[in-house]
Amino acid sequence: MIAFILRRFLAMIPLIFGITLLAFALMSLAPGDFLTPVRAQRDVPPELIDAIEKSFGLDQAWYVQYVKWLGNVFSGNLGHSWTYKLPVTDLIGQRLWATFLLSLSAFSFAWCLAIPLGVLTAIYRGSLLDRVVSFLAYSALSIPEFFLALLLVFFAAQTGLFPLGGATSIDYDYMSLSEQFWDRARHLVLPTLALSIGSIASILRIMRANFLDVMAADFVRTARAKGLSAVRVNALHVTRNALNPLISSFGFAFSGLLSGALMVEIVLQYPGLGQLMYQSILREDQFVVLASVMLGCVMLVLGNLIADILLAWSDPRIRLEKKQ
Amino acid sequence: MGFRLLMRQIYKRPMGALSATVLLGLYAIALFADFLAPYPTNLQDLERTYHPPTAVFWKAGALQVQKYALVDPSEARYEAIAGQGTRLQFFAKGHPYRLLGLIPCERHLFQLADPDARIYLLGSDSTGRDVFSRLIYGARVSLFVGLLGISITTVLGLLIGGLSGYFGGRIDFLTMRLVEFMMAMPGLYLLLALRSALAPHFASDEMFYVIVIILSLIGWAGTARVLRGMTLSIRQHQFVLAAECMGQGPVAILRLHILPNLLSYLLVAATLSIPGYVLGEAALSFLGLGIQEPAASWGLMLSQAQDVKVFYLNFWWLLTPGMAIFLTVVAYNVLGDVLSEHFDPKKNVAKDSF
Repeated sequence: MIAFILRRFLAMIPLIFGITLLAFALMSLAPGDFLTPVRAQRDVPPELIDAIEKSFGLDQAWYVQYVKWLGNVFSGNLGHSWTYKLPVTDLIGQRLWATFLLSLSAFSFAWCLAIPLGVLTAIYRGSLLDRVVSFLAYSALSIPEFFLALLLVFFAAQTGLFPLGGATSIDYDYMSLSEQFWDRARHLVLPTLALSIGSIASILRIMRANFLDVMAADFVRTARAKGLSAVRVNALHVTRNALNPLISSFGFAFSGLLSGALMVEIVLQYPGLGQLMYQSILREDQFVVLASVMLGCVMLVLGNLIADILLAWSDPRIRLEKKQ
Repeated sequence: MGFRLLMRQIYKRPMGALSATVLLGLYAIALFADFLAPYPTNLQDLERTYHPPTAVFWKAGALQVQKYALVDPSEARYEAIAGQGTRLQFFAKGHPYRLLGLIPCERHLFQLADPDARIYLLGSDSTGRDVFSRLIYGARVSLFVGLLGISITTVLGLLIGGLSGYFGGRIDFLTMRLVEFMMAMPGLYLLLALRSALAPHFASDEMFYVIVIILSLIGWAGTARVLRGMTLSIRQHQFVLAAECMGQGPVAILRLHILPNLLSYLLVAATLSIPGYVLGEAALSFLGLGIQEPAASWGLMLSQAQDVKVFYLNFWWLLTPGMAIFLTVVAYNVLGDVLSEHFDPKKNVAKDSF
C-alpha cells in the first residue's frame, strides 16, 4: 500500500511541472510582464523592482524565467502581489484555506445527501419518490452554478435569512469562539448549496444506477436465499459494491468542485482562491495568477491521489493490477 | 443511416420530440432574431431603466400595450396608467436590418404605433434596453458557440484520437499523456489563463471567435481519448486488415472504414457536450471576459443581474437569460440521452464538464 501511494505521489510531480510550465508560457504570451503594473506605481522603490527583476530573471527568455521562478518557489518565495501589497504566500494562505473549507463542506454535504437518496430511489424504484428525485436531479444537472448562486442571492435578499456574501461578518474579530463558528457556518450555507446541488445530482444518478446493477448480481440473490434480511443485504452487500465505481469519480468530482467554486465564489463574493485568481487576472497581478493556478492544480492532483488511495483501499483488485 | 430516418426515430419518443422541437425553435429564433426582436440590441432609454414587463390588453378591436408612469425614480417604481395604452401593430416597419445577413428588410413581427412608447415584454435593464430583444439576439452567440465549438472539437478529437489509436506506439503514448494532462487541469482555471493570454491579440468584437477557440482547445482531450480507444478496438477487425492488404493508406482507412463506425458515438457525445460550450461561454461572458457590450449574450446579460439593487427591488426579469441557458442545456441533455438510448440502449456516455 505504501509503495502504491509513493508511486502515485511520484507520478504527480511531472504533472505539476507541466501545468506550471503551461501557465508560464501562457503568461508570457500576454503583453507586459510581472512588473508592468508596478513600474507605473510611484510608491514602489526602484531598488525593489531591480531586485525582483534580477531574482526572477525578467530580462531573459521565458524558459529561463520559468527556471528562476521554480527556484524561487522551492525556496518558498512566490513573488509579490501588487494590488494587495503582500507577499503572495501570505495572501494565498488565507484564500486556499477558505476555498478548501468551501469545497470540503460542499463535498461532504453532497455525498451525505446523494448516497442515501441514491440507495432509496434504487430500492423504491418507480415510486413517487424515485420519480420526483430523478426529475429534480435531471434539472439540477442542467442548471449552471453561477445562475444557481444568483438565484440563491436573490432568495437571501428577499427573505433576509442568510448573508448575501463574504465569508465572515464585519464584527467577526470581536466575536467569541462559538459565535465565530456560527458566523462562518451561516456564511457557508449558500455557497455550499450552490456548489453541491450539481454534484448531488450526478452522484445520485450514478449511485442509483450502480445500486440497481448490483442488486441484480448473483451474490445478492445468494445472500437473500441464505435468509439475510433485506436491510442487511442492501446495507452490507449491495451498497458497498455499488460505492466502488463512485470512488473513482471522486477525483473528477473534485475537479468540478474547484471549477465550480470559482464561479460561486465570484457571485457570492466568497474570498477564496478562485475569486483571487479572477481578480488578479483582471488586474494583471501575474505572480498571484501563477501561484493560484499552480495551487489550484496541486489541490486537484491531491484530490485525484486521495481518490486513487481510497479506491485501492476499498478494492484490492486495483492494488494488485498496478503492481504487475 | 440517413438523417431523415434518425429524425423519425427521435420523434418517435415523446422526450426526443419535445427536446428536438425546443432546440429547433431556439435556433429558428436565433436565425430570425432581427425580425422577431422589436428593438436593436443597444437601443437605450434612460427614462425607463428597470422598467417592469409591460402588460398587454384588448381594447377597441386591437391589442394595446399598457402605458406606465415613473412614480419613484430612486426605486425604479412604475405604475400603470389606467385605461391608457398604445396600439400593437404586427408586421410593421421598424429599424432596418438584413434578414439572415442578406436580404434588406424593415418589417418586424410587432412594433408599437406610437414611436415614443416602448414595449418591454421582459422588462428593461439598467440603461432601459429591452431585455426581450437582447435575449433573442443573445441566443445567436450563446447557441452558435456550442455548434461551432463542437465542430472544431470533433475534428480535432477525431484526427488526434483516430491517428494515435491507429498508429499506436510512441505517438500514441505522447498524445495520451497530453490528453491526461489536459484533463487533469481544472477547466475554468485553464479557460481564464488561456483567455488572458489570447485576448490582447484580438479586437473586442472578435471575442466570439476567441471564445470558440479557447473552448475547443480545452474540449478536445476527452473526445480524443474515447475515440482513440474505439479506433484501437475497431482496428482489430478483419475488414481493416483486408483494407490494409489491399494497399489502402491510413487516412483512407480511417475515413472509409473506421469513421463510419464512430459516427453514432460522435453524434451522442457531441449532443451531450454542447451544453458544456454554452455554459463555458456564459461563464466567461458573465465574468466580463467573453462577449463585450454592446453585443448581447446570455451570460453577459446575467452579469447585470449581479447588482444588489436587482436583488432587493426584485427585478426578476433580469434573470430570464439564466432560464434560457437552463432550457437550452436541458434540451440538449434530453436529446443526448434519447440518442444514446437509441444507438446503444445499454451504455451511457460520460459527459464532459468544465
